[in-house]
Amino acid sequence: MAMIQVIAERCKSCQYCVKFCPKQVLAVGKKVNSKGYEYVEPVNQEACIACCMCGRICPDGAIEVYK
Amino acid sequence: MEKIYSRTKTIQEDKVSGFCPGCMHSTVVKLIGEVMEEMDVVEKTVMVTGIGCCGLHMDYIAYDTITAPHGRATAVATGMKRSSPDSLIFTYQGDGDFASIGLGESISAANRGENITVIFINNGIYGMTGGQLAPTTLLGMKASTAPKGRVAEEHGYPMHMCEILNQLTAPAYLVRTSCNTPQNVIKTKAAIKKAFQNQLDGKGFSMVEIVTSCPTNWGMDALTALDFIEEKMLPEFPLGVIRDR
Amino acid sequence: MARVLMKGCEAIAEAAVRAGCRFFAGYPITPQNEIPEYFARRMPEVGGVFVQGESEVASVNMVYGAASAGTRSMTSSSSPGISLKSEGISYAAAARVPMVYANISRGGPGVGAIQPAQQDYFQATKASGNGGFEMLVLAPSTVQEAVDLTYAAFDYADRDQNPVLILADGVIGTMMEPVELPPMKSDEEIAAIRAGKAAWACTGHKLDYANRSWIQPGQWDTKKMQQENEKAAAMYATWEQDVQVEEYHTQDAEVVIAAYGISGRIAKSVVDICRSAGKKVGLIRPITVHPFPYAAFDRINYDVCKAVLDVEMSIPAQMVQDVRAGVKGRCPIETCLCSGGNIMSREAILNTVDAILAK
Repeated sequence: MAMIQVIAERCKSCQYCVKFCPKQVLAVGKKVNSKGYEYVEPVNQEACIACCMCGRICPDGAIEVYK
Repeated sequence: MEKIYSRTKTIQEDKVSGFCPGCMHSTVVKLIGEVMEEMDVVEKTVMVTGIGCCGLHMDYIAYDTITAPHGRATAVATGMKRSSPDSLIFTYQGDGDFASIGLGESISAANRGENITVIFINNGIYGMTGGQLAPTTLLGMKASTAPKGRVAEEHGYPMHMCEILNQLTAPAYLVRTSCNTPQNVIKTKAAIKKAFQNQLDGKGFSMVEIVTSCPTNWGMDALTALDFIEEKMLPEFPLGVIRDR
Repeated sequence: MARVLMKGCEAIAEAAVRAGCRFFAGYPITPQNEIPEYFARRMPEVGGVFVQGESEVASVNMVYGAASAGTRSMTSSSSPGISLKSEGISYAAAARVPMVYANISRGGPGVGAIQPAQQDYFQATKASGNGGFEMLVLAPSTVQEAVDLTYAAFDYADRDQNPVLILADGVIGTMMEPVELPPMKSDEEIAAIRAGKAAWACTGHKLDYANRSWIQPGQWDTKKMQQENEKAAAMYATWEQDVQVEEYHTQDAEVVIAAYGISGRIAKSVVDICRSAGKKVGLIRPITVHPFPYAAFDRINYDVCKAVLDVEMSIPAQMVQDVRAGVKGRCPIETCLCSGGNIMSREAILNTVDAILAK
C-alpha cells in the first residue's frame, strides 16, 4: 500500500516527476494553483510503489510519499 | 500509512521556493536541508551566499545565513570559520560568483585549505542578471552578451573548477555531481553529506560542484533542459570524484 | 602605568588587541605593513586569529565574516587599498555589522606615493563605499591619540553596529612615541561582549523560522530597504554627542587654523610659536572628522578673526568644504596646502599666518 500527495501550491509543473516515475503515477492536471501553474496530480495512485523517485527529483518539495 | 518522504523542515513550511520551474537551485537547497537534518547540525550551521540566484532562497530557509559581496563568499566564510571554529560554515555560490568575480577568493581559500564547504552551482550562465556569458558557458552556447554563442577565440573555453582546484595540494574533497536524474540527486546528497562531514572532521576545503540547468536563460522548457544537461553539459563537465583525501 | 616607546602602527594594533580584537585580516601595502605584521606575532599569544588575505578585497570580507560571527574584528590598509575595501565596508554598514578599520593614508590619487598624505578626506568622511552610509571617522594627531581612539573605536562600533574608521596618515603610522597603553580586556570581558551579540550573530541557531540570524546587506523589499536606511539615518543623528574637537587659543585669535591629524599637530606648534611672539593665532583641530565639529566654528570671535586658515596635506583642499560650512561666510578662508607625500611644513604655515596678519 503506497500513495503520494502533491502539495499543489508548491508545484511549478516542471514535470520532472512525470518523467521519472517508473509507474506513470503522475500527470499534469487541468487545474491551476495561485501562481498559475497547471500542477501535477496523481492519476494512477494504485500503481505507486513508494520508490520516492518523484519526491527526490522534485526541486520544490511538492510531493509527499506515504507507505 | 507513514509519511516516508517530505520536504525538509529547514525550509519554512508555508513558503514556496522562489526559483523558476525546473531550476535545480531548488533541488540543491532541499538536499542541503535534508543533509543538515540527518546530520543534526542545523543548530551550528551558517550559509554564506553569493550574489545572484544563489541568494534567492535566503528568505525561505530556516537557518542562519549571511550575504557576501559578489564573489567573496569563501573570504567571508574564512573569517567566520576561523573566528567561530565550532560552527559549520558552507558557501553557496553560482558560476559567476565562484569562478569569475570570486576566482581569486575561491582559489586562495582552497589553497589555504580552509576548513569550509563550498556548494558550487554550475549552470553555465548568469541567471539573475538575465543570461550573460559565464566562465562555464559551453562553446557555441548563446548568452545575452555572446549573442552568436561562445567563441573560443573571443571568450576562451569553459572553466573546469574541480580540475583547476585539483592542481592545489590543500583541498580535501573535490567532486562533480548533477541533479538531472533521481540517481544523480541521491549522489549529490551523498557528496554534500561527505563534504559537511569532512568539515566536522577538520579535513579542510571541500567543494561539491553541481551541474544544473537554467531553463529560463537557456531558453528551453525544464524537460528539454534535462536532455541538454545529459547531451551537452556532462560531456564537457564529466561527473565523479576528482579528489578525496 | 609605565609608558612604552612604540611605533604608531604597532601601537594601533596593540590597542586593538587590548580592546578585545581577536580577528585581523589584512594585505601588505606601505606605509601600514607594521599593523598586519604586529598582529601576525601578537594574535597567537592571545588566542586570536590573524590571516593575510589574498587581497584587500578578500581581507575586508574576512573581517565582515568574523565580525558577523560576533568577534571584535579589524582590518587596515593605506589609501589605494582602502578603495578596494570599500565593497566590504559598504556591506558591513548595510548589514549593520560592527568592525574597525584603519587607513594609514598616503599620497594619491592612483597608486600615488608611499609617503604620508591627507588626500582621502572626502572618501573617509563622505563616501567610503556605495550607498550613502556614514561612519564615525576618528583622526589622531599623536600615537597616544591613535591608541586611545582605536581602543574606543571598538566600543563605538559595537554600540552602533556600524564600521568605524581610524583615519591616520603615514607620519602617525610610522613614527615612534612614548604611549600609555589602555588596560587589556580579560577573556571573560571578551566572552561577555561576544555573548551580547548572540541574538544577531551568525553562528547557528536552533531550527526556528522566526529567530534565526539573517545578516542582510540589502533587502528585496524596497519598503524594507527604505526603513533600514531611515533607521541608520536616525542612528547617525545620535553622533552629535560623539563629536570631539580640540580648540586651542581660539577665543581672541586673529587667525584660526583648521587642521586635523598630523597637520593639526604641526599647526599646534605654529600656534605656540606665534603666541610666544605675541601673535594671536588659534587652532581648531577636529578629532572626529565625521561628524565634523561645525559648532566649534560658531565659537570663533569673528569681531577679531581676520581669517580661518585651512591647513591640509591635500591639493586640492578637501576639508576646506566642511570648514566653509562651519564658518558660514563670517570671515575669509585661506588655505595652506601640500600634497603627494610631502609633509606639511611649519614654515609654510607660519608664512601664511604672517601674510594674513599683515593684511
